[in-house]
Amino acid sequence: MNGEDTSSELSTGLEFAGHALSRASLDACVKCTICETQCPVAAVTPLFSGPKFVGPQAERFRNGESVDHSLDYCSSCGTCTLVCPQGVQIAELNSQARAVMKVGHMPLRDRLIGQTVLMGTLMTPVAPLARAVLNNKPLRKVMEVVVGVHADAPMPPPQSQTFESWFAKRPTPAGPFPRGAVVFFHGCAGGYFEVETSKKSVEVLERLGFEVLVPKQGCCGLAQQSNGLFKQASASVLKLCDDLRTAGKDLTIISSSGSCTGMLKHEASEIMGVDDERLRDVGTRTRDIMEFLLDLHEAGELPTDFATVEMTVPYHAPCQLKSQGIGKPALEVLRLIPGLTVVDSNATCCGIAGTYGLKKEKYEVAQAVGKPLFDMVKATNPELALCDTETCRWQIEQSSGVKTEHPIWMIHKAYGLS
Amino acid sequence: MRKLAVDVVVIGGGSTGAGVVRDVAMRGFSTVLVERADLGQGTTGRFHGLLHSGGRYVVSDPESARECASENEILTRIQASAIESTGGYFVTCPGDDPTFADKFLAGAADTGVWAREVSVAEALRNEPRLNPGISRAIEVRDGTVDGWKLVWGAANSARNYGAQILTYHRVTKIETEAGKVTAVRCTNLRSGDEVLIECDFVLNCAGPWAGQIAAMAGAHPVEVVPGRGIMIAMNHRLVNRVINRCIYPADGDILVPAHTVSIIGTTDVKVDDPDNLAIEAGEVQQMLDAGEVLIPGFRNSRALHAWAGARPLIKDDRVAASDTRHMSRGMAVIDHTTRDGLDGMLTIGGGKLTTYRLMAEHIVDAMCEKRGEHRDCRTAAEPVPGSESGRTHLVSDRLHDREHDRFDEQIICECELMSRKMFTDALASQPAGSFDDLRRQLRLGMGPCQGGFCSVRATGIALDAGHLDSERANGLLRLFLKNRWIGLWPILYGDQVRQTALDNWIFQGTLDIEHLPQPTSEVAL
Repeated sequence: MNGEDTSSELSTGLEFAGHALSRASLDACVKCTICETQCPVAAVTPLFSGPKFVGPQAERFRNGESVDHSLDYCSSCGTCTLVCPQGVQIAELNSQARAVMKVGHMPLRDRLIGQTVLMGTLMTPVAPLARAVLNNKPLRKVMEVVVGVHADAPMPPPQSQTFESWFAKRPTPAGPFPRGAVVFFHGCAGGYFEVETSKKSVEVLERLGFEVLVPKQGCCGLAQQSNGLFKQASASVLKLCDDLRTAGKDLTIISSSGSCTGMLKHEASEIMGVDDERLRDVGTRTRDIMEFLLDLHEAGELPTDFATVEMTVPYHAPCQLKSQGIGKPALEVLRLIPGLTVVDSNATCCGIAGTYGLKKEKYEVAQAVGKPLFDMVKATNPELALCDTETCRWQIEQSSGVKTEHPIWMIHKAYGLS
Repeated sequence: MRKLAVDVVVIGGGSTGAGVVRDVAMRGFSTVLVERADLGQGTTGRFHGLLHSGGRYVVSDPESARECASENEILTRIQASAIESTGGYFVTCPGDDPTFADKFLAGAADTGVWAREVSVAEALRNEPRLNPGISRAIEVRDGTVDGWKLVWGAANSARNYGAQILTYHRVTKIETEAGKVTAVRCTNLRSGDEVLIECDFVLNCAGPWAGQIAAMAGAHPVEVVPGRGIMIAMNHRLVNRVINRCIYPADGDILVPAHTVSIIGTTDVKVDDPDNLAIEAGEVQQMLDAGEVLIPGFRNSRALHAWAGARPLIKDDRVAASDTRHMSRGMAVIDHTTRDGLDGMLTIGGGKLTTYRLMAEHIVDAMCEKRGEHRDCRTAAEPVPGSESGRTHLVSDRLHDREHDRFDEQIICECELMSRKMFTDALASQPAGSFDDLRRQLRLGMGPCQGGFCSVRATGIALDAGHLDSERANGLLRLFLKNRWIGLWPILYGDQVRQTALDNWIFQGTLDIEHLPQPTSEVAL
């Protein structure tokens, strides 16, 4: 993939961008500046000129070329699009402009960190060694210099067994499954690194009476997309749709990878302009697991025989979950657990924004963005925090020192499954 | 009374006058240009920004086509900083006669206008918003030109050759003695002072006002028929090339990506008074409908501003007086010696912005001939100040500049990315200028918010710089907003309504601009 010729990337850059729609949306901007007041990056660094500037303003000066290289300081958290009262696709415009800018000079690092499956495949068989390497300061310094990944940035925790292998090797669950089948989409992180979260999700779903189907599946392409590799990302997401569709027609697709669900639900179409019936089919059937549990609860179908958990725990809703327009379902579901006090972080962003906070030139910015959140987490409960997406958990845990898990862990525990 | 004495007085500060004063000065005459408003405030500032390739005239007016093609090349060389070489397409839209494209290609071959038919697929790939129903596309070398920058470039070049430029000076009388022009009288509209300019030649370059000027010298009426055209700027570039309909020239058949906007034009209605140009609702709708043919969804795009300009067409007996589009666009020099028995004055009319340099060359040649001397025209060879590098403008230039000064400079006009330094520099060079004068050079307030946010900032900075007192500042601010409003109300629909409502809340609700203290007489200049 590193050998891709750049002209083919260029031809897919703007055309594949669904750019015409995002560009048309800039007509709705009235310069109110609400996006600028909410941007977590502009709040901590002058390096980024802010979403209004980079989005609807700068876009009027672009002629298929992005001369304003500082736009790369946008973390793509999507907060601007979420808060815009006029419906301007600000973050989408920024992501598209970045993709165009990086055509022909894509750093090797940005190609590599999009290779999530490759990373998982390489690390799992040698998990203890991989862990040691990723925790080895001198080696990380070398990695920072050579690859450009900051030595202190959080890294995925290598596991000795993949989720896929666990799922295949475990004793076949006895059932019964009166509620029928659902499809589980684990995502790359949930397959290789956050294996426990995926296991717990499956076990909760089975306790609720669902048969869980796990078709063989690849990567959604999110990390490639956020690094401007639209062509590769578009191919990945469509391949994933094919994979998920093999499990059966019209089945609900459930995932505990909050950002990957966002890719399927709206980012692939809104940022990259992927216009494909397969994506529409999968995107409309996809549910975040906490969203799914809340839907059940609202329909009166979620058993609330939770054990008491006497604890106060901070919860942080990730940007890419908020961008899905589903509110903060985890917060509502967790509050059904007796004894549990869940405190909303009310923080905009943890700073990591997928792979942004790993990059050596952005590490400090990402740390500054997340600082209020890290402080809040430490002050609320130094033992445990909850957050729906993988990279955000790694960031919070690394930067605050507080163990951070997916909310499904708490549900799993309250159902007496752990 | 102030007195000046020069060889030649040039009347009119549009593109023609600026081109003429440059040419006159470069040929070694002492000269003054007199303009009743700001440079480029008439027809030159009220067109669609098209630098013709000649394509538009290859069938209807081959001579104009040839002139455009050669002047396009010259201007791109000598006025590069005012020009963006966008390229253009002539496209056959659904319902248009597809055989016109054949006539077009034949006409282009005959006139030497560069043109090349491209596949529809290629045109759509390069301009994805184009109507997918087009059946043919011909690539041409159209460009865009900033009329104000062009005029200022020529005027500054003239100044370097010793010319004086008197803006806001209204001509009141052209003195004659024994059948010969002797002086031009004018009034400085800002100070009220009278100015007498003795001269032995007057070049009347007043465009649609040329008839009024000729009358001041007692000449027989010069029949200039102002042809009104309206244009609408849309909020962003819907296309990056000039898009023309491949038909016999008609209304609303050109879409021009000028700076950050795209401009649809234009209509053509005969009017009597070039100072009174209405923007009729029917014509606005006509332009939007015409845009929809070129770009599906055009009507739903955001319109920013509308304006009307008057073509300076000289009456031609071959066509009906009401049909100004098909009057001669070729330039015409009127010799008042043979016509009126008046020596020392020539009037020029017709032509178009693309050929402004050639028009100047013709009238100055004619003047030299009448004076019985030969001096070579050198305007085609020498770049104007600011265009020496030959680098043409790109829409991304300001974004590039702001990227580089982003840590040091405030941005005052966010829509058009005008920095504080750009504004204070311009203000220092024209301390008496109105905000509209500065706007024409800086694009202040010409973006989506139409002055909603930047006008107040600019006023504060001007006041802070000590160029005016608070009452005049208030007066200038109100004048600026009033002038913006003239172009806003005709297109108040869709997204621009929301912006205008927000702007009005700021101006009336938060700032109460209506009731700010200001000079007892409304600021008008």
